[in-house]
Amino acid sequence: MIDKKILSEHNLTEEEYRRIIELIGKEPNITELGIFSLMWSEHCSYKSSKAHLKKLPVKGEHVIQGPGENAGIIDIGDGLAAVFKIESHNHPSFIEPYQGAATGVGGILRDIFTMGARPIALLDSLRFGPLENAHNRSITDGVVSGIAGYGNAIGVPTVGGETYFHPSYSLNPLVNVFCLGIADKNKIFYAKAEGPGNAVLYVGSKTGRDGIHGATMASAEFDEDSEKKRPNVQVGDPFKEKLLLEACLEIMDQNLIVGIQDMGAAGLTCSTSEMASNSGSGIEIDLDRVPQREEGMTAYEIMLSESQERMLLVASNDKVKDVQDVFAKWDLDAVVIGRVTDGDRLKVRFHGETVVDIPVDSIVNLCPLYLRPSRRPDYLEDTARLDLPEQPEDLNAVLLQMLDQPTIADKEWIYRQYDHMVQTNTVFLPGAGTALLRLKGTESGLAMTLDGNSLYCYLDPRTGGKIAVAEACRNLACVGARPLGVTNCLNFGNPEKPGIMWQFMEVIEGISEACLAFGIPVTGGNVSFYNDTEGVSIHPTPVLGIVGRIEKIDRAVSTCFKSEGDLIFLLGENREELGGSEYLRTVHGTERGLPPIIDLDDEKRVQEFIISVIDEGLVSSAADPSEGGLAVCLAECVFASSREFGFAVELDDEMRTDALLFGETQSRILLSAAPDKKITLLSAAKNAGVPLREIGRVGGTRLDIRHRDRSVIDIPILEALRVWKNSIPERMSTKT
Amino acid sequence: MKCGVVIFPGSNCDFDTHHVLKNVYGRDTVFLWHKDHSLHNCDLVILPGGFSYGDYLRSGAIARFSPLMQELQEFADRGGMVLGICNGFQVLLELGLLPGAMLRNKNLKFLCRHVHLSLENTATPFTNRGEKGRILHIPIAHFDGNYYTDPATLIQLKQNNRIVFRYCDTDGKITDESNVNGSMENIAGLINKDGNVLGMMPHPERASEAILGSEDGRVVFDSVFHYLKTGSLQ
Repeated sequence: MIDKKILSEHNLTEEEYRRIIELIGKEPNITELGIFSLMWSEHCSYKSSKAHLKKLPVKGEHVIQGPGENAGIIDIGDGLAAVFKIESHNHPSFIEPYQGAATGVGGILRDIFTMGARPIALLDSLRFGPLENAHNRSITDGVVSGIAGYGNAIGVPTVGGETYFHPSYSLNPLVNVFCLGIADKNKIFYAKAEGPGNAVLYVGSKTGRDGIHGATMASAEFDEDSEKKRPNVQVGDPFKEKLLLEACLEIMDQNLIVGIQDMGAAGLTCSTSEMASNSGSGIEIDLDRVPQREEGMTAYEIMLSESQERMLLVASNDKVKDVQDVFAKWDLDAVVIGRVTDGDRLKVRFHGETVVDIPVDSIVNLCPLYLRPSRRPDYLEDTARLDLPEQPEDLNAVLLQMLDQPTIADKEWIYRQYDHMVQTNTVFLPGAGTALLRLKGTESGLAMTLDGNSLYCYLDPRTGGKIAVAEACRNLACVGARPLGVTNCLNFGNPEKPGIMWQFMEVIEGISEACLAFGIPVTGGNVSFYNDTEGVSIHPTPVLGIVGRIEKIDRAVSTCFKSEGDLIFLLGENREELGGSEYLRTVHGTERGLPPIIDLDDEKRVQEFIISVIDEGLVSSAADPSEGGLAVCLAECVFASSREFGFAVELDDEMRTDALLFGETQSRILLSAAPDKKITLLSAAKNAGVPLREIGRVGGTRLDIRHRDRSVIDIPILEALRVWKNSIPERMSTKT
Repeated sequence: MKCGVVIFPGSNCDFDTHHVLKNVYGRDTVFLWHKDHSLHNCDLVILPGGFSYGDYLRSGAIARFSPLMQELQEFADRGGMVLGICNGFQVLLELGLLPGAMLRNKNLKFLCRHVHLSLENTATPFTNRGEKGRILHIPIAHFDGNYYTDPATLIQLKQNNRIVFRYCDTDGKITDESNVNGSMENIAGLINKDGNVLGMMPHPERASEAILGSEDGRVVFDSVFHYLKTGSLQ
């Protein structure tokens, strides 16, 4: 009998249970209840978010596939399609960092190749607690090793991403993994179970007890007992996935299948029911035929297992042998475990008995959706008030302190562990902010970036959402690429708390408004709620993954200064804005004020301008100031260059020097150009109606900034470089 | 002249190597499946980088038992040109075509970066187009690249000038600091006694096109094509 205790173990409410009975016309047995528990979990059903996600713009001229499939797809010309998505693996990565992160990579890769695309790039957005804490170091080390262990072995380069450190992630790290693959535009595969009588094949690893209730785990808050959930984390086998990838692409290339779906969250349950539901079919499987790696597994366990590296295929009966031959070539099993049926039911047999018999629709589409109550959180009244602290005397020391902040510091310790060059498409090495890949056989390239400032979102979620989109697009523009499509990973606390729900709704409003302004569609993504541990929520953290295209890859520019004597220009206006800045947080220990304002029209003009002057070959480098403002951005333009030119910059803006140097005003880009390009650049800016002014020149061996005729920053490059480079390695090598 | 790139389960630089041979150099290039028993009359056989058999047990340890390795061994014994890159080098060590073994990198982490290599021996089929002492800028990407061998073998390797590439600094100096993975004598690449089998940890196929930042890897391909065409090391 299903009682309250069982319901609560399955994270289902009594009301939801009553709805289940109503939908299936009987009391569910324990296996059926397990199925509902998974499919109606927040993770699988999006029951708290669906109504709000509808606000995101999803249409665009380049869209081939919007949200709702394994991944979004956009047309990138030359007969090619880019298939991409971002997904979170936060909860597993907290409990078991290596495997949690590794299987996060494995999962997103399957989402991409399941559609017929060969994955060519991985990026990660990682958020950890401060590295001064040993537990955070061990999580950071485990997550980075896990990403490396999986991505390197399977041979998909990890080409970029971002890493933030903040106390709100101490008990709740975020691991968001983005993957992009390339497919022939006319050879895309979907999760379809069409054609009654067609065979349902199980391929890949054998099923074990790992990961049972993973999706349910990801839909609840953590408490002191979270360690006990370690067995819920799956274990990854990148070698097996590599074989699966090659075998799947081979059968798709030979057109041997009707449909395909990976077994990710909710495993066999999700893949069978979703494929059937997508095609208006029923599906029947026999669990005795499912390859198993443990003895004595129950129907409940087999249906709910989240063992990795498994896929479900549907093929017509005359193709089954050919499919099996391809899998045999790659030393993999492909076993017929059932068939597509007329009607609308998921039927599961086990030891000769029917153990599940329910309508697929009830599991996939009829989960109750919630418009959860929302309320503007009280803290916002307080944080909006900002009494600016006094400006420190020694701004050199401030800049060094900023460069030492791990969020700003060099990330080489991380990306050196990733194979970021395999597949030989990587044009810009990681650390550049934006990943740039050439597309073999074409003149074009793809640029990708991940972005999202959670402190802005904490202080003003709507503005934070807008800035996340604007900044990601700006990153692409600085390379010379135009944005084509967006995927997002929305990481929030417990949506049953009205304040969290409000943050979520506001962020979505912000993202929608910015996407509409830029004319870029959201093609999919992922929501991760319940990022709370012991009642403390993370800062609201939307991570925007934006993909752009550059028509002529050889025109792309990077962030680093190129030649001594080049002039440095500032595109955009400086404003005295310190609210929500990394400077206030790091140097003054305060997270207050309002984030910088963002005017999307100004932003678009600035981006259009930089894309056009890069295309015309007028620019040597371009970079957008973000965390740490102008001063940090200038320093990074130096550090990124192997030739290590310094700079001399003079600013005359009437404002506090610290705000000028470290404020994070939006819609600004620092660019450098040869002196003979100056007149053309300035007149182009005038015509485009964007503010552009010369502020200095590249050269020398120092970071040299003057403000209104006073030297405010003057540091030898090597001294600053050492601080920036050593920050993360030194912290990670702390033993205590 | 025909080139073959072996695919083991878990190879992941097979396409990259094929791309350079076929599209950058325009050579007739085929893939060779590890379960086959034929090298399809290739004049040059490359064992590419990757994680053959997941690098489970030990890098290259399972791949050396692939059926095709029997033919490869015979081909090498007959003087056929064999190049092992990264995991391919590890397989050559396991096959005994080159001496020694790979330990974990000294920092116990996977390492992906550009390194400087000193070209130590240009009198080989794989390096004859380079100048001795030239500094090459080529990436590495491996976990197990820390070369080790017994002292007697090391002496032989040195005496017979079989160390082809060594990790060095930007000025070409062989230093401990530039020894990225802790290899004995900074060894990055070795050749067999007859000069027809080269193993190297750095990836020349990742440094063969200007758009990727370096073309220094081409010296290896230029040289072997020159040798195969002319039979000369000059």
